[in-house]
Amino acid sequence: MQNSNKRPKSFYFLTAFFVLFILFLYGPTLTIGILSFQGPSGGLTFPMNGCSFHWYFKLFEQQAVGDFGGSLTRSLLLGLAVMVSTVVISLSAGMAFRKKFKGSGVLFYLTITSLVIPSILISLGIGLLFNQLDIEPTWYGSAFGAHLTWTLPFGLLIMFAVFNRFDKSYEAAAIDMCATPFQTLRYVVIPLILPSLVGVGLFGFTLSYDEFARTIMTSGSKNTLPLEIFGMTTNVTTPVLYALGTLTTFISFVAIVGTLVALHIHKKHRHYRTTLER
Amino acid sequence: MANERRAYFQVFPLFTIMLVFLVIPTIMLVIVSFWDYNAFSIIPDFIWDNYEFLLTSPVTWQAYTKTLFYAVTSWALTLLIGFTVAYYMAFHLRTTKSQTICFLLATVPFLTSNIIRMISWIPLLGRNGLVNQTLQTLGLTDHPLEFLLYSDFSVVLAFVHLYSLFMVVPIFNSMMRIDRKLLEAAIDAGATPWQVITHVIIPLSKSGITIGTIFVFTLVMGDFITVRLMSGGLSASVGVLIYNEITLLQYPAAAAGAVTLLATVMLMIAILFRFANIRKDL
Repeated sequence: MQNSNKRPKSFYFLTAFFVLFILFLYGPTLTIGILSFQGPSGGLTFPMNGCSFHWYFKLFEQQAVGDFGGSLTRSLLLGLAVMVSTVVISLSAGMAFRKKFKGSGVLFYLTITSLVIPSILISLGIGLLFNQLDIEPTWYGSAFGAHLTWTLPFGLLIMFAVFNRFDKSYEAAAIDMCATPFQTLRYVVIPLILPSLVGVGLFGFTLSYDEFARTIMTSGSKNTLPLEIFGMTTNVTTPVLYALGTLTTFISFVAIVGTLVALHIHKKHRHYRTTLER
Repeated sequence: MANERRAYFQVFPLFTIMLVFLVIPTIMLVIVSFWDYNAFSIIPDFIWDNYEFLLTSPVTWQAYTKTLFYAVTSWALTLLIGFTVAYYMAFHLRTTKSQTICFLLATVPFLTSNIIRMISWIPLLGRNGLVNQTLQTLGLTDHPLEFLLYSDFSVVLAFVHLYSLFMVVPIFNSMMRIDRKLLEAAIDAGATPWQVITHVIIPLSKSGITIGTIFVFTLVMGDFITVRLMSGGLSASVGVLIYNEITLLQYPAAAAGAVTLLATVMLMIAILFRFANIRKDL
């Protein structure tokens, strides 16, 4: 089946299936991308009524659609904070789980539970807790914690996968050369697993940047972007909604492609350096 | 000994976050689910009324039936799509490079906003949407099809759109670890391609299938926003009921609903976990 050079019929069938799947994934988003460039008199559906940046300008007019700039800034800052914390805490916990310690099983299953608990329950629980303790929920406080309960399990699972395949002899060699544990981590472990760490960070950022359910009861009086978008879906019936959608998708996309390119350059650079040193 | 102490130190931040933002809030939910409330505030108490009302209300049972319907339908469809796509990427693409590219292609949409991805269906499925326009131009129907948007159809479609990736990734991951020699052996022993799939590949990707199932099930069970947006408020799932109670500030009732939902989800997961050992399968 796989050995012969001639492709079986099923290959073409499956390729068609895959192409359809990709179209299914991207089609709707592309549609709103195109529709966001409607002319000023255009509506929510085709046909296009002219072509303009009208709805993008509308997006930045304060009173028209609420506080778009503010919520975008908050979501980006929150996403960055969650990203950094997720990388540091998952790496640290991932290192710990390589050793035996009491309660590791309980903590592991607790983290998995955090992943499968419906988001709205976390949101409601934290909201109630802060309410009873008389602490004002804020996007940088309670919402930050709520997001971490969603990103850390992913981070930890990736760290597990990474360390399950990690060759311990590199570390042993470093220790034989009298490296301190910190030096081993800094110069041996981190460089080796850097792509995965970047992956964890990227994951953490985008999960937080888009998180709605875990934010709804925890962000207090100031909206994050997903809350703003949700509010708009019920109030706004113009292509300004599509402009917002296209813009946020674009930001995610830039973050992803940027990271991948940076990783690629880093890999090339390292490859170049190691070949030079030889 | 020093090793163990260092482990505690390293795991401390994770433990603290889980304690403060997961364990204590969940305990809080259970406590508040027994409290009383009126139009203005919630009152500490110990009453069973919230549960009694919840479990005797036909609305709850309808919502659970609906939610299970969404969960099972979305699960079946995502499994079918996820398995086929993963199978194609793992066994029909020959180079790591083409696998990586296809994998990235499938992953990128997942990294953009869920709400936006739901809204994106409106210009396609609406009354004057692209699908209806096309069908009418082709002469297949003479009036717009109403069931396309704001219906069970659009809810399930959105779930499949949002979550099929949660099936693709774990199944692909477990397929990539199947020893290719096993397939050759099966073929040498005279197995048809179909037999290879059912007797070798499916049993060996069981853990990936289980993990994907856990994801899709729990995401759909706890969802409220997809159902609300895509059914146009016409359909109520368990999550929507809880969300409605939250917006009405009936927190104890919402908490009772939440605890019941949590128990249901945990029960399902306990059953599913018998099929996979997550920690070993990573």
